[in-house]
Amino acid sequence: MRYFLLITLLSSTALACAVSDNDYPLQKVADGIYFHQGIHEDASEENIGAIANVGFVVGNKCVAIIDSGGSYREGQHLHKALREVTDVPVCYVINTHVHPDHILGNAAFTDENPAFVGHEKLPAALAAREEHFARNFAESLGDAYTGTQFIAADTLVSPEKPLSLDLGGRELILNAYPTAHTDHDLTVFDPQTQTLWTGDLLFRERIPALDGSINGWIDTLKKLQSNDYKAIIPGHGPAAIGKDADWDKLLAYLTTVREEVRMQINDLGTLEQATTTVGLSERQNWELFEQYHRRNVTAAFVELEWE
Amino acid sequence: MLGRILTIIGISLGLMLTVQPVYAATPDEPMWPILKEIHFEGKDIRENADDLIALDAPKRAEDAAIVPITIKLLQPQTVDKYVKNLHLVIDNNPEPYSANFHLSPEITDVEIGTRVRVDQYTDMRVIAEMNDGSMHMVSKYVKASGGCSAPAGKDAEAALARLGKMQIRMRQPTLGEPVQAQVIVSHPNYSGLQYDQKNRKYINSHYVNKIDVEYNDKTLLSVDAGISISEDPSLRFNFVPTEKGVLKARVVDSKAMEFSADKQI
Repeated sequence: MRYFLLITLLSSTALACAVSDNDYPLQKVADGIYFHQGIHEDASEENIGAIANVGFVVGNKCVAIIDSGGSYREGQHLHKALREVTDVPVCYVINTHVHPDHILGNAAFTDENPAFVGHEKLPAALAAREEHFARNFAESLGDAYTGTQFIAADTLVSPEKPLSLDLGGRELILNAYPTAHTDHDLTVFDPQTQTLWTGDLLFRERIPALDGSINGWIDTLKKLQSNDYKAIIPGHGPAAIGKDADWDKLLAYLTTVREEVRMQINDLGTLEQATTTVGLSERQNWELFEQYHRRNVTAAFVELEWE
Repeated sequence: MLGRILTIIGISLGLMLTVQPVYAATPDEPMWPILKEIHFEGKDIRENADDLIALDAPKRAEDAAIVPITIKLLQPQTVDKYVKNLHLVIDNNPEPYSANFHLSPEITDVEIGTRVRVDQYTDMRVIAEMNDGSMHMVSKYVKASGGCSAPAGKDAEAALARLGKMQIRMRQPTLGEPVQAQVIVSHPNYSGLQYDQKNRKYINSHYVNKIDVEYNDKTLLSVDAGISISEDPSLRFNFVPTEKGVLKARVVDSKAMEFSADKQI
């Protein structure tokens, strides 16, 4: 019996981790819109860092990559998968924010000389984290990391000033936001199909990672939620096509954390007390809760201390 | 020269390899012997001083930029025998010598909390220097989370906008009873390692380097701090107010800017 369990365990892990050269499936969300869905794990050599949703939009003249992958290797897979769909050249690589699962594949597209597009604060965010990322991800990604370069955006988008990109017969509208999930979040909207790429402003299934402002994130989510979209591609988890994207689930998590952290602060509780008591009712709602929840509480605490 | 460096690297690699599997039993990492030479030259340091000091730090740093730690002294401070300095060293940080908490018998039961940056997997150690000059150490291994959070701030602009704001957070105490207080100052605590893309240069280091806490003009606690302390430095401590008065905290940063706050008790 014990053996059986072990084998089941091993084989399910192997399945979940399998991303080989021939196994980088794309999902088609709408006409000309494709993405690869990341798995809910920490980045590793086995999963080549392919833990976030990354993909592209195809126009008549240009392709825009939207997030390039969690490693150089994933960027290569994405590039190859793109070439099985179309021969149209890549004019833009859009990074929705600085996190490694979204940007480490950038170098896999440099041979097409694309413009790298991001929030105006993305280059500074990258510069501040680059050394730390290089050290940690070279190690955790192993071979998949080889070839990775840190390429900062050269085409920048400011809040309140949407940028329009012409892909040829198709326009993308990029919006930059005030501090929310990070201090440099960007969304990509395709008016033609009413599809929104949220970057990590929306997490589904996988626990969100707060690296900006909990107050700002809640505000931004409420605004995004009030718009109508036909399809939504979140930063993590399945796309929502013609149905609700679970905005409320993420909002519930963030507001629960915020209220309980505020209670701790008002009661002169310490950061340590908050991380062990806040938000535990949300445990069953999220994948990787144990790995990231306490960090979210920490980030919320040090922000809300200054309210 | 190169050969010599290679030999040293070789030796340290060898040390790492032999030491790694038995971490729990042997907290000494390669950096420590060098750090000991630099900061405690020629001093005898008693290790595993668990009878005197308790260092509470998470095994895994949830957020590398904000790792809460608590240092507790297990023996009361008396006029005859007391810890006068608590040195905090985080071996693998860019600036390992992280803080010196100057103590006196003014506080009998010492419990201090602060928040630090942990750059990578590291030993963290507290060395208690007694009034008789003897040194006692405890250490703890901390795994930095390799995830998205770098030891950089989350919202640099917001942090800068409220620079210098201070809070003293505590309950209204009963005289003669211990009370916990927290001094917190909003400060980006720039390490000098952060890059300003707009101006294409490293942001000059700008951090809190001194926190003094007084009660009725008597120093309770005084801290020399460095860039290992998290953004918005926080200092938590216990003390026993025996008479009504004013708790005062003064903060000086590396650009000689001064901030202060006080609280009537």
